[in-house]
Amino acid sequence: MTAVSRRRFLKISTGATVGAVAVAGGSLRPAFSRPVEDGEVIRKIPTYCDVCFWKCGAIAYTRNGKLWKVEGNPADPLSRGRLCPRGTGGVGAHYDPDRLRTPLIRKNNRGEEEWVAVTWDEALTYIAEKMQAIKQQYGPESMALFSHGVGGTFLKHTVKAYGSPNIAAPSYAQCRGPREVGFNLTFGDAVYSPERTDIRNSKCLTLIGSHLGENMHNTQVQEFADAVGNGASVIVVDPRFSVAASKAKYYLPIKPGTDMALILAWMNVLVSEELYDKDYVEKYGFGFDAFKASIAGYTPEWAYPITTIAPQVIRDTAREMARYAPASLVHPGRHVTWYGDDAQRSRAIALLNALLGNWGRKGGFYTPTGMPVPGYDGYPAYPKPEREHVDNPGHAYPFADEELTTGIRNATITGEPYPIKGWMVYATNLLNALPNQEETIKAIQSLDLLVVVDVIPSEIAGWADVVLPESVYLERYDDLNAAPFREPFIALRQPVVESPDDQKPNWWIARELAKKLGLERYYPWTNIEEYLEARLAAGGYSFDGLKRDGIINGPKIPLYIEDGLEPVFYTPSGKIEFYSTQLAEHGLDPVPTFTEHPQPGPGQFRLLFGRAPMHSFGRTQTNPLLAEMMEENELWINKNVAGRYGLKSGDYTRLKNEDGVVSNRIRVKATERIRGDCVYMVHGFGHTAKGMRRAFGKGASDAELATKYVMDPVMGGTGMNVNFVTIELEGA
Amino acid sequence: MLELTTTRHNHLIDPGVHVWGWEIPIYLFVGGLVAGMMVITGYLLLTGRFRGRESVARSLPLISLIVLSAGMLALFLDLEHKLYFWRLYTTFEITSPMSWGAWILLLVYPALVAAMLIRPPSILGLWDGIVKLSGRVAADDRSVRWIGTLNVVLGVMLGIYTGILLSAMGSRPLWNSALLGPLFLTSGLSGAAAFVHMIARDRSESDLLVRADNGLLVVELVIIGLFLIGMTSASEAHIRAAGLFLGGSYTSVFWVFVVGAGIIFPLVLQLLMVRHKIRHTVVAPLLVVAGGIALRFIIVYAGQASHM
Amino acid sequence: MARFGMVIDTTRCVGCMDCVVACKTENDVPEGFCRDWITTEVKGEFPEVQMEIRSERCNHCDNPPCVYCCPTGASHVEEFGQTVQVTPEVCIGCKACLAACPYDARFINPKGYADKCTFCLHRVKEGLEPACVSVCPTQCMHFGDLDDPNSEVSRLIKSRDNHTLLPEAGTNPRIFFLT
Ligand SMILES: Nc1nc2c(c(=O)[nH]1)N[C@H]1C(S)=C(S)[C@@H](COP(=O)(O)OP(=O)(O)OC[C@H]3O[C@@H](n4cnc5c(=O)[nH]c(N)nc54)[C@H](O)[C@@H]3O)O[C@H]1N2
Ligand SMILES: Nc1nc2c(c(=O)[nH]1)N[C@H]1C(S)=C(S)[C@@H](COP(=O)(O)OP(=O)(O)OC[C@H]3O[C@@H](n4cnc5c(=O)[nH]c(N)nc54)[C@H](O)[C@@H]3O)O[C@H]1N2
Ligand code: SF4
Ligand code: SF4
Ligand code: SF4
Ligand code: SF4
Ligand code: SF4
Ligand SMILES: [Mo]
Repeated sequence: MTAVSRRRFLKISTGATVGAVAVAGGSLRPAFSRPVEDGEVIRKIPTYCDVCFWKCGAIAYTRNGKLWKVEGNPADPLSRGRLCPRGTGGVGAHYDPDRLRTPLIRKNNRGEEEWVAVTWDEALTYIAEKMQAIKQQYGPESMALFSHGVGGTFLKHTVKAYGSPNIAAPSYAQCRGPREVGFNLTFGDAVYSPERTDIRNSKCLTLIGSHLGENMHNTQVQEFADAVGNGASVIVVDPRFSVAASKAKYYLPIKPGTDMALILAWMNVLVSEELYDKDYVEKYGFGFDAFKASIAGYTPEWAYPITTIAPQVIRDTAREMARYAPASLVHPGRHVTWYGDDAQRSRAIALLNALLGNWGRKGGFYTPTGMPVPGYDGYPAYPKPEREHVDNPGHAYPFADEELTTGIRNATITGEPYPIKGWMVYATNLLNALPNQEETIKAIQSLDLLVVVDVIPSEIAGWADVVLPESVYLERYDDLNAAPFREPFIALRQPVVESPDDQKPNWWIARELAKKLGLERYYPWTNIEEYLEARLAAGGYSFDGLKRDGIINGPKIPLYIEDGLEPVFYTPSGKIEFYSTQLAEHGLDPVPTFTEHPQPGPGQFRLLFGRAPMHSFGRTQTNPLLAEMMEENELWINKNVAGRYGLKSGDYTRLKNEDGVVSNRIRVKATERIRGDCVYMVHGFGHTAKGMRRAFGKGASDAELATKYVMDPVMGGTGMNVNFVTIELEGA
Repeated sequence: MLELTTTRHNHLIDPGVHVWGWEIPIYLFVGGLVAGMMVITGYLLLTGRFRGRESVARSLPLISLIVLSAGMLALFLDLEHKLYFWRLYTTFEITSPMSWGAWILLLVYPALVAAMLIRPPSILGLWDGIVKLSGRVAADDRSVRWIGTLNVVLGVMLGIYTGILLSAMGSRPLWNSALLGPLFLTSGLSGAAAFVHMIARDRSESDLLVRADNGLLVVELVIIGLFLIGMTSASEAHIRAAGLFLGGSYTSVFWVFVVGAGIIFPLVLQLLMVRHKIRHTVVAPLLVVAGGIALRFIIVYAGQASHM
Repeated sequence: MARFGMVIDTTRCVGCMDCVVACKTENDVPEGFCRDWITTEVKGEFPEVQMEIRSERCNHCDNPPCVYCCPTGASHVEEFGQTVQVTPEVCIGCKACLAACPYDARFINPKGYADKCTFCLHRVKEGLEPACVSVCPTQCMHFGDLDDPNSEVSRLIKSRDNHTLLPEAGTNPRIFFLT
């Protein structure tokens, strides 16, 4: 086929179908001929990615109806046409040989991973009966849902219709909750996901832990690279020489757990040297004098012995930040549940940013906007629960503004304030995500029903009474994504290929379950396409157009004060609260102060953990494409320290925590890239679920070793960087 | 300190290349052995010794043919795309030692057949035509000289080729030495001398072969010495490569099997033989042959472990 | 005639391996093999550490030993972009080229022939960038004609500090790493 006829073919073919180019004749196929044979049919279907929660717009390609590859959708402002490695490797989720294939009901004891394969009807009938029993005996509030990600929308709907308010995700109390609370207390607004950070335009970017480049949230990494490319001054604070640190002008190898001291000292320098944005603080600030007095003692000299960062370096970096303000951004972090004073540390970071005058400013925090898409009209009202949320009795954590996973877990164990008897778990591996697995298992053992909806036989699925196999994201519709961002957009997830076995999409599961529960009136639509079409039509958008393009782009919007967009602070004072009366009212520090955290004793190391760019948590280790990129995690140990233990890279060792938990064996990475008082591993390995054949027993699990955690008094987050380990030498 | 990590996962080349297994060392050894036997055959033809009643010249070409074919089989087994074997002979790639080798081997076969005709082994005596033809060729001095020269020349080319195949690889510092060709040629000649010594019946041929072999073994020792000296005084990569034999992972096998048991010990035995202090036995030549095999294996394996 | 090459900005690269995954899906690189990979080089002692991260692949050398040693001509310099290519139907799988490449850029495809980076010429011919280049989230890779002084790659090589890999091997590699 010539170029001309190819173009003609393009024109006559419908939708997104393109013909393969025939390879030039002759007996030998040139070595570089495309990996598509003559006559093969290539189809492009836009959708959005779900290998993590960033939801990048993507275009999936099929070749003769089989999934071939996934690329970024250039129309999508999140991906800008480029996915991260996990998104590119999403193909492997469809082909994963370890996938769940049919509904399963537990055969023997919980956790033994012995199953009877059943039909969907049997599985859902079983669940519905148990749920009705729970409702009758304990009330509908005694059924809780753990759900992470967009796919949980419809199950949440079903559970609310059933009458329970108890719905939680680990992305709050184990992830970004403290940050949102800290920023809310300060600016009256949260950072949200995708973060409203204007990294791309930053001239000075400070990263405290945030290991962009390993943490592969796509837009952030792209903008980080842009900033580096533009010559931005990067300051990285991390006990480990992260990838980001290798791009930094200043690398501050801080002693773990002492960041608060550094942030306070930075603020001290900015204030005492009058480097902060006085006009901005004057105009928008509240309680600055009290704040100033409160931080007066936190000099760099004071911080030095705590943080091990030299006073001069603290001064230099503070001045560096000020030099580029307001295009100077101190990244708020995302996974900030480290030491239990995380909301206060996040608040300190918010205040540091406020001193730089960057909230609402270019190169700082922009003001995001989403596309207006009405919710589905026509759902009946949910029944009003008789009892309030179970997770935070007496509002012990006064500023918790989402439900706490560990709070539900506590209630399940203790029966207080009221019993929780059923868990439905959607797309979250609670054993990997919550600290202290023993407590999670204890809670599970007191349940009447544990349902897990997953795509692979994960650890949590192993403990379930009923396991429901979901279609992976490339095989299903989900709700729209219209998350507020720097450019408004609507993105659609739609099926690219069919599920290989008896897997079903979440909307179908949620709807069928509702029917079995006698709640069909909550599903006036029969098919999700009706639901999506109705929502889009109500907003004046075309479903067909969205199916074709994957993205509807909104108009350009003003983002900064510079664009004339005045910031609004939804705080009690209507200003940026340097001093928080709300916190004071609850007997909490109105201005952040330093709390000392225990440090490891001799022979002990603090266990740190983080991300590897090619894996998402513990969910990609059986994805054949991504597993190949990194089959197991490594234990990072300072080279000198490793030498003292006679360990070299590649040796296997084990870790033992203070509660006597011994890890699976893990390969040593003896490296100059980490301090001597801590060790580091990538989260998500050391799988113990038998069905995860590819990942089983490979590497060690930080989650297993995280038996200790410190509750954040402000909002109930769980600080997990508080576990100390010793090195157990491995014979083999 | 340099910390180097790579995420590459091509199992044949990580962490060191191991693309060639037993087949290539065997092929190289056999190539060297046949090269040596051709030189010996040629020598016997050119000097007229082939006319001796018990001269090995009667069996050498046939043995060479069989051994060489076994070597070619090994080479064939090593190919990953076997059905495309014929592609070797649709082109001549002037820069490729392997292409040269393929064509040299193609010439070696007729040379060996011609040599065989001069003193056909007894099984061939069954065919009248061959006996007649052979008689005519053997009687023609010019033909004998031609065939003898051809065998020597092709033998030397074959011997050098087996070394050059590796030494052309600039990527593997251990192979990347001008001395590897001479080393393999000498080792091939020595191995052949030893091997032929084992099967020789003619006492004077035996003596000659032992003397020749002793000389070759001494030369081989010298080349090995120069080879290592050359390596250790070249680039850092070469020094690292030589290190494989000087304390590294191939040290003991190299010094024990190649140098000790393969050269020095048999050399001592054979020197004693020459002085008629001990009788001719197969022990020394067997060791030389085994040493030749060991040399090919170790050079091929260690070379793949060496890296720029 | 164009002479294709790549310029990779190590100051932007984060070593995420997206380029590796993309190559695998685009080119059906079989499980257990890769045409590109990431090398990380760490120098110094904690905390005074420098690190260079590089996305590496066949360098499409100007002076390619893999081509010189190939007995069949399967490995050859393709006219289009003067790239080094392998014709599977001519390759006998002798592995000489694997041994000859100082960068270990090649492998034997389970189907029997020598395989390596093609610079995605099938895409380039259609006006697209190679898969690895087009996917890279940090946009640290650039592909183009080194013989065109106005191409982006040429300009980057002229204007920024850069190095190639193992220049001492004399292969004249055509992938340049900006530092
Ligand atoms: N590839 C990939 N990317 C992801 C994810 C994934 O699973 N895979 N998950 C996404 C999600 S949900 C989240 S929340 C984010 C998390 O990503 P981040 O918010 O960047 O995660 P953190 O856990 O804060 O960062 C871990 C880093 O903090 C350092 N660190 C540990 N303790 C301390 C300390 O006491 N002080 C300082 N200054 N640094 C410390 C560690 O050395 C490590 O470099 O990643 C997102 N991106
Ligand atoms: N020890 C430790 N704990 C942590 C963290 C850590 O770094 N270390 N990180 C914390 C952070 S930042 C977060 S955000 C949370 C994340 O916690 P989780 O969201 O629970 O993350 P995963 O552990 O990967 O569990 C995701 C589960 O969803 C399943 N899944 C994947 N895709 C689908 C799908 O399409 N449908 C369905 N039904 N299931 C699917 C996966 O198979 C897996 O079992 O964990 C927190 N907890
Ligand atoms: S960041 Fe990566 S994994 Fe997450 S949605 Fe985007 S492409 Fe997918
Ligand atoms: S995709 Fe880009 S940033 Fe990621 S490793 Fe490859 S070259 Fe580096
Ligand atoms: S990198 Fe290796 S395979 Fe590529 S052209 Fe150079 S020598 Fe040949
Ligand atoms: S393996 Fe194939 S491409 Fe490589 S040298 Fe041999 S014939 Fe040539
Ligand atoms: S240019 Fe193409 S073949 Fe080469 S590494 Fe990149 S994606 Fe792979
Ligand atoms: Mo998270």
